[in-house]
Amino acid sequence: MKLELRKIHIKDLAMGNEMSVKNGTLTIDKEAIIEVLKDDVNVKDVKIDIAKPGDKTRIIPVKDVIEPRVKIEGEGNGFPGVSTAVTQAGSGKVNILDGAAVVTIGDIVGFQEGVVDMWGEGAKWTPFSKTYNIVIDISVIDGLDPHTHEATVRMAGLKAAELIGQAGKDVEPDEVKTYEMGSIFEEAEKYPNLPKVAYVEMLISQGLLHDGYIYGVNSQLILPTLLHPNEELDGAVISGNCVAACDKITTYQHQNNSSILDLYEMHGKEINFLGVILTPELTTLAGKFRTCDYTAKLCKSLGAEGVIVSEEGYGNPDSDLLMICKRLEESGIKTVLITDECSGRDGMSQPLADTTKEAIAVISTGNVSHVVKLDKADKVLGNQAAIATLAGGWEGSIDENGVLSCELNAVIGATSEIGYHNLTVELY
Amino acid sequence: MKFKAIYYVNQFFGQIGGEDKAGMKPMFKEEAIGPAMGFNTLIKEEGEVVGTIICGDNYFNENKEESMKFIMDIVKKHNPDVLIAGPAFNAGRYGMACAGVGSEVNEELGIPVVTGMYIENPGLDAVNGTAYVVSVPDSAVGMRDALPKMAKLAIKLAKGEEMGKPEVEGYLPQGKRLTVFSDKRGSKRAVEMLIKRFKNEEFKTEMPMPVFDTVEPADAIKDLSKATIALVTSGGIVPTGNPDRIQSASAQKWGKYNVADIDALTGNAYCTIHGGYDPVYANAVPDRVAPLDLLKKNEKDGVIGKVFDYFYTTTGTGTSVGNAITFGKEIGQELKEAGVDGVIVTST
Repeated sequence: MKLELRKIHIKDLAMGNEMSVKNGTLTIDKEAIIEVLKDDVNVKDVKIDIAKPGDKTRIIPVKDVIEPRVKIEGEGNGFPGVSTAVTQAGSGKVNILDGAAVVTIGDIVGFQEGVVDMWGEGAKWTPFSKTYNIVIDISVIDGLDPHTHEATVRMAGLKAAELIGQAGKDVEPDEVKTYEMGSIFEEAEKYPNLPKVAYVEMLISQGLLHDGYIYGVNSQLILPTLLHPNEELDGAVISGNCVAACDKITTYQHQNNSSILDLYEMHGKEINFLGVILTPELTTLAGKFRTCDYTAKLCKSLGAEGVIVSEEGYGNPDSDLLMICKRLEESGIKTVLITDECSGRDGMSQPLADTTKEAIAVISTGNVSHVVKLDKADKVLGNQAAIATLAGGWEGSIDENGVLSCELNAVIGATSEIGYHNLTVELY
Repeated sequence: MKFKAIYYVNQFFGQIGGEDKAGMKPMFKEEAIGPAMGFNTLIKEEGEVVGTIICGDNYFNENKEESMKFIMDIVKKHNPDVLIAGPAFNAGRYGMACAGVGSEVNEELGIPVVTGMYIENPGLDAVNGTAYVVSVPDSAVGMRDALPKMAKLAIKLAKGEEMGKPEVEGYLPQGKRLTVFSDKRGSKRAVEMLIKRFKNEEFKTEMPMPVFDTVEPADAIKDLSKATIALVTSGGIVPTGNPDRIQSASAQKWGKYNVADIDALTGNAYCTIHGGYDPVYANAVPDRVAPLDLLKKNEKDGVIGKVFDYFYTTTGTGTSVGNAITFGKEIGQELKEAGVDGVIVTST
């Protein structure tokens, strides 16, 4: 498979009467987006705003973040099996509005969405303070059940990203990156002396706001499955979840999965990257045994000598993470885990909900209960009162001066367990 | 203005006497005694030791409450910027006393504390993140090296300067896992760590695996039909409206609600505020998470003696083990005092 990711650098964002990119400025036709999103009978109202890096703007409660793109060559477009017809993703040429992002907001069940601050202290803690954000607030018709509500908002975000992506269709990119990899036999022949490495990406698969989707299939329903890395980079995997905001993998982070990109970077140099194994995190014990055994088996069948495993969420999936690690290490496969930790606000508690002696190489992406203080915003997109019930917030999170205190739990992407952000933990 | 330090030593270092004086009650002298003298010289440019508390090791450990009352009164009266204890080297009782004084002064009054201990001193565990502990050898020959290290930390703390990393500042890690920024994103660090493993190079995990406590089970209930059973859940079931504002993740508190007069937790009156699972089915029938209906049925059928009048609840998701231990002790204490024989704890 050969995929060309063609990046058009977005350096400014404006509202206007057309969708276009001119000299790095992305112009959004608000009405055109609203019209398309309102096609869905379940959508009652759509509000669109923009937030730029440095603006004293707070976005809350955020559901998903999506990168606007358009496929200009090769099969399909957008998110196959979800917002467009099913096609084989992973090949062709994609024009990307690099630096722009669609951010969906609005209450769904009110616990798992998060905060993005575009300036100051808050900006340091989220990767999405650096993107030019098109913020879409979707309200649905009265009486809609929560599962349909979630699906409606999820779909609206993806459709908006596709629509905005069209603006880059005929624009020359500033940067082109090519990702090409043959079958595992071809690659092994090319790099006979490099150690073979698989990437296991765990996906929360536990019900409303806790599901990932692969070509539109809910990850709850799958056995662990093998993907060519290009497929995920080309929109095959999306987020339907709002686990704690800090460590859910947004759709944007699937499209730009940092673990895949950093493994690709070393492919043919230090390692032979075999592919991505998507593993559901299930709630039942039998489910955990089945998926962990199956994941280890896939790694062994591929001849992996090393594996990177990333978690999504925390708590019960800590067990899946460590069960996979134990199985791999016992098979002689060198394993590095990426996870965040729940060490408590004082950092004095055990970091994980489970333990295994085989986990000797672990990357920590931060303590989800680390408390941060975020300055008063000039402008709030969404509803700031949501912080009282969000995971990581509490009643009284906002003080009389408008300063918002919360745990990293509430900050989108702060402790990303695919290693998308740059936090770690040190022992003091 | 110079900062003020108060020093704590045992009977031996307080120059009262050896083991025969280990039973002495605490006393306070408004001067620097024993190691406090050397320490005072080291900080003299910026601070001074305003007095030394001396207490017998046996007396402290056998009469902790009384000793601490005396010590806390002295500390409150003089309100020092920093408290120094020891170093205790490998003396267990002295170490426990330094840890006891240090943790209470630090936790109750917020005054920073510096001590010194040998790595195997049992007092080290009791410090539990309160005092800064300098690693010292197992005997008093290490005094000459220990005091400058302790003085350096004390000056920093007394002046309110930011404390750096343990290996840089020269104290033993306090067990605090602090979130900091790295110069590389997590995925890059993971790939580099894996490559190091392939090359058999040294690598350092960012998260040593936790060690868990084990809990010994209580004795079996001999006659269930006479037993009072309580219902406890970490599934976040609360009366609708969440009157106690329990957090949806990383709980900082628990609640208890009277269920003496109801037969079930129904969907209108109760709901979940737990942010870690699909709430739709729990909101429809909260008994699915906290099965009060079945317990009440068992009570009616005579299978169990009585369902306790209150059910207890908190949110498990993202809640630190430290908070969970506190909640468990508090709830357990109440249930024990109320004569509850057994508890059903449900998680999600």
